Amino acid sequence: MNHADLTQYLDYLLIAMLLAVGFAIVRLRNLFAVVMLTGVYSLLCAAWFVSLDAVDVAFTEAAVGAGISTVLMLGAMLLTARESEPAGVGRHWAAFVVVAAAGAALFFAIPDMPVYGDPESPANAYVGRDYLEQVPHDISIPNVVTAVLSSYRGFDTLGEVVVVFSAALGVMLLLGFGTGARRREEEED
Amino acid sequence: MTFLTFLVAIGMAVAMATMLARLFAGPTLYDRVLAANSFGTKTVLFLLVFSALVGRQDAIDIALLYALINFVATIAILKFFRYRSLEIALAQMSLRKALDGEYEK
Repeated sequence: MNHADLTQYLDYLLIAMLLAVGFAIVRLRNLFAVVMLTGVYSLLCAAWFVSLDAVDVAFTEAAVGAGISTVLMLGAMLLTARESEPAGVGRHWAAFVVVAAAGAALFFAIPDMPVYGDPESPANAYVGRDYLEQVPHDISIPNVVTAVLSSYRGFDTLGEVVVVFSAALGVMLLLGFGTGARRREEEED
Repeated sequence: MTFLTFLVAIGMAVAMATMLARLFAGPTLYDRVLAANSFGTKTVLFLLVFSALVGRQDAIDIALLYALINFVATIAILKFFRYRSLEIALAQMSLRKALDGEYEK
């Protein structure tokens, strides 16, 4: 129990850094800095997930958030401007109202949530407990999430992979990676 | 011993915050590239210290993935600013550099 007491201070530090990065992303005008900061935000998020014991989520966040999306954002920046233009004050107020309403709704929902680490919470109680009991002698691998994803719900995961693969293939066929860039360079020359 | 590891983790977090300050302020682009790369390295170290603190080895896998992703992202950013494109293959890079050299003359 001593570990949890100490690591919560690390959690606070990570959350404070997340908050600072979030504000900086909103305030900065240089889009390149914003792209770098979104990558840093993903890294911090994943570090925080590790400290919350959600290693699988952290793995996905690190691979997708910090790895792929930084490169995708850079590619998107190549097609647009390098500096963002300041938005009008009217838009700020509209966005503030929407964000404040959504935040108030979230705070309203907090009391209904189970306590952190509650063994009787719905996520831990019904099917989750069965999986925790069955996995060791059904599949005999230590990671329950991997067992659920790739064995119990293997066909589901296969379907997801097919959907993501065909989406990526469609985007690549539509945008025509490689050929378009070469043509543009020839036009410039 | 646990408390010592905790202090090291706090120190790592403070070092990460310092890199964040450079990332926010960084006047030139290369300050930011260096700061982001260094931030990634410090995150890797932070995760290793954290796994030692909690006594779970899972975080070491994440730290390894981070080290790889950090490298790839830095290469992508530098490539982006050298060639203004992410699509150029490695084989074309040297050719392009030679052509740029010719133009400069």
